[in-house]
Amino acid sequence: MKLSQLAPGQSGIIDQIIGEDALASRLMEMGLLDGEPIEVIGRAPMGDPTEYALRGYRISLRRNESDRVEVSLTSPAASQ
Amino acid sequence: MKPSKKSVALIGNPNTGKSSLFNALCGMSARVGNYPGVTVEQKIGSLLDSPDPIDVIDLPGTYSLAARSADEAVTIDVLCGVQPGVPRPDAVVVIVDATNIERNFYLLSQVLDLSLPTLVVLNMWDRVVEEKHRVDVETLSQRLGVSILCTTASRRDGVIAVRKAIQQLVAPNSTSYAPKHSPREQFPEVFKKESASLRQKLAELQHPVPAVEVDRILIDKDGHFQQKMAKLELPGLLDEIESARERLSTAGCKIPLFETKHRYQWVREQIAGLVDRPPANQSSSSDRIDRWLTHRWVGMAFFIALMFVIFQSITLLAAWPMGQVEELQGWIQGWVEQVVAPGPLRSLLQDGVIAGIGGVLVFLPQIVILFLFIAILEDCGYMSRAAFVVDKLMSAIGLSGRSFLPLMSSFACAVPGIMATRTIDNARDRMVTILIAPLMSCSARLPVYVLMVSAFVPDDRYAGGWLSLQGIVLFLMHCVGALVAIPVAWFLRKFFFPGQASTFLMELHSYKWPSPYVLFQRVWERASAFVTRAGTLIFCTSVLVWAAGYFPGDTAPLTAAQKKIATLQAELDAATAEGSEAVSSQLAQAEEELNLARSALIDASFLGMAGKWIEPVVKPLGWDWKIGVATIASFPAREVIIATLGTIYSLGAEEDEESEGLKAQMKAEKWEDGRPVYSLATALSIMVFFALCAQCSATLLVIRRETNSWRWPIFSFVYMTTLAYLGAYLTYTIASAWGLAA
Repeated sequence: MKLSQLAPGQSGIIDQIIGEDALASRLMEMGLLDGEPIEVIGRAPMGDPTEYALRGYRISLRRNESDRVEVSLTSPAASQ
Repeated sequence: MKPSKKSVALIGNPNTGKSSLFNALCGMSARVGNYPGVTVEQKIGSLLDSPDPIDVIDLPGTYSLAARSADEAVTIDVLCGVQPGVPRPDAVVVIVDATNIERNFYLLSQVLDLSLPTLVVLNMWDRVVEEKHRVDVETLSQRLGVSILCTTASRRDGVIAVRKAIQQLVAPNSTSYAPKHSPREQFPEVFKKESASLRQKLAELQHPVPAVEVDRILIDKDGHFQQKMAKLELPGLLDEIESARERLSTAGCKIPLFETKHRYQWVREQIAGLVDRPPANQSSSSDRIDRWLTHRWVGMAFFIALMFVIFQSITLLAAWPMGQVEELQGWIQGWVEQVVAPGPLRSLLQDGVIAGIGGVLVFLPQIVILFLFIAILEDCGYMSRAAFVVDKLMSAIGLSGRSFLPLMSSFACAVPGIMATRTIDNARDRMVTILIAPLMSCSARLPVYVLMVSAFVPDDRYAGGWLSLQGIVLFLMHCVGALVAIPVAWFLRKFFFPGQASTFLMELHSYKWPSPYVLFQRVWERASAFVTRAGTLIFCTSVLVWAAGYFPGDTAPLTAAQKKIATLQAELDAATAEGSEAVSSQLAQAEEELNLARSALIDASFLGMAGKWIEPVVKPLGWDWKIGVATIASFPAREVIIATLGTIYSLGAEEDEESEGLKAQMKAEKWEDGRPVYSLATALSIMVFFALCAQCSATLLVIRRETNSWRWPIFSFVYMTTLAYLGAYLTYTIASAWGLAA
């Protein structure tokens, strides 16, 4: 599934980053690499972008960016 | 042989406290300029407490050496020694956020490949201690083969050790600090072979390129270095690069994935067992604050309330210091009157220089308060949250949250704001941001608003005195430009710069207490820039306006009247109680003559002639010719209008000790039929004009520099001036219809 489909409180493991363009390599440089756990912290007031936690820091990604990240869900929905 | 001057480069991720460290190392000695040919700020300082002079080059904050634009390429060009005009640094200092070593070491891994003597500075060490992280600095230093120091640059902790280490690093026979190994060695053999053969080929074509840049040509698809190669038009080179990439791909070396994988792998190996963060960090206090500050309703409400409070406080807090400056100005003018004989010199000093500069300096308190707020928000970490909160709005007009910071800093001044657009990697976004940035209400507009608001908006208080109508109007004036910018941005994006939406990856740092050093530095920089402007550009304009308002009329009646007053004043002082009444009435008569002489003089002056000529144009806006002239004089810099009005009214009317200065003079201005010139409608119309107009030569010049063409500054000037005129006309018409023109 895509990272953008995770709900706040859920976490997953990154499978891969789709594409080879500048956006893909910037995502990788920021540490979004396969095998890396990532957690959804929360969404901005208007639903986009979303704050994530990985490698011990926080990053904000827009939907079109988190769409490029494929993840496997590890912890089920905490809320909902 | 005399050894040449040594230099070190300072590099690090954004928001690691790099500028704090730079300031701590070099004091206030920084020389700021531009790298030739590109739009990257070049900041060089001299290392303090060093027996031999050592230059410290502050490189732009970056997450990676992969360059996607000409600007980003400067960093790697400087480090490789191929940037024209900058000798290769003798050493590098890599500043690292000690609470986020893993991600920050990615850049370090790239820097180590340059095989320059390297020093690692783990900054924000206070938080490592506070949050109980464990970092085995000594073993880490041994593993990396470079020296590591811990600092808290915002508190100047550990800075002296860094200065010493830098001196050792560049000492002639010091080899002990050269990195032990280069992470690049772990790259797949197949890549190293391709890179070496491409390098060989480029050398054969008489285009030697440093090894790390050859790597970048191969790895960064359509990146800056590939484009640079394309421009060389070497036969077959691009095909060669493309086929090299294909060969790598079939050999299982995926571009760009393999580089990041290898580097992060390397980082993990280096820090394994040496860096631990407490597990509780996962839901730190910063996250708890964020839960509210980025909350759906609370977050939005907080953002709006915060902006509102800032502008309210500017009016409330600045009142007292402003009064002090005004008092001082009145005192100096009185002193000049006593020492200098009546005539052109006295008029120049009193009406030109003091009225002009004083009128602008009065606003220093507001500038300081605004910049203090901006600095606090930036330093505590809220500014990136604000970008996070409003990003969706920005994307609605086709921009990204990345445009938010340049636009937000344009509220201080469009010049640094436009320069900050260099962080926007999407060229179209950047152009739109540059073109709308001057619409943001910069601090130079603040004096104009404050003058108009304090003179003509009633000082009504609500909510027990905490909410002032003046503060509300001031806040709304700051919104005007931003609101107009929305359709403008949409229009530009649609018709001038169509294309794909941009990206927005942003690190959200933990909150921290702002550092007094950092706040002081930021406020000092901005305030001194403002004072310098008041002392140069505004000074010159004031003198020119004074001359245009003083000549070529007949100054004899004026000087005669002033002399008469001086004699009468002396007589009055000497006179007995009985005689004083007669002298007083003579004095009043002389003052009347003086006022007549003054207005006759300005009417006959160059300024008066020009004013009469433009009056028909500005009359629909509710302005008289004096406002028109002052506005035109303020096209080089908008805050000049205050100095100009001060000079015009000071020339045109006598000031006495009880007069409240400019405000009182403006209120006293009358049309020929006796109606006051200034009404609320006129004040609003002036403010809207100033909100939208491109009256700033510095901004236009910086647009010229950043876009590298005269087309865009001319475009900005024309569209903004047109908007300003229409806006002011509409405002005056509507306000008059509501009865605010009386």
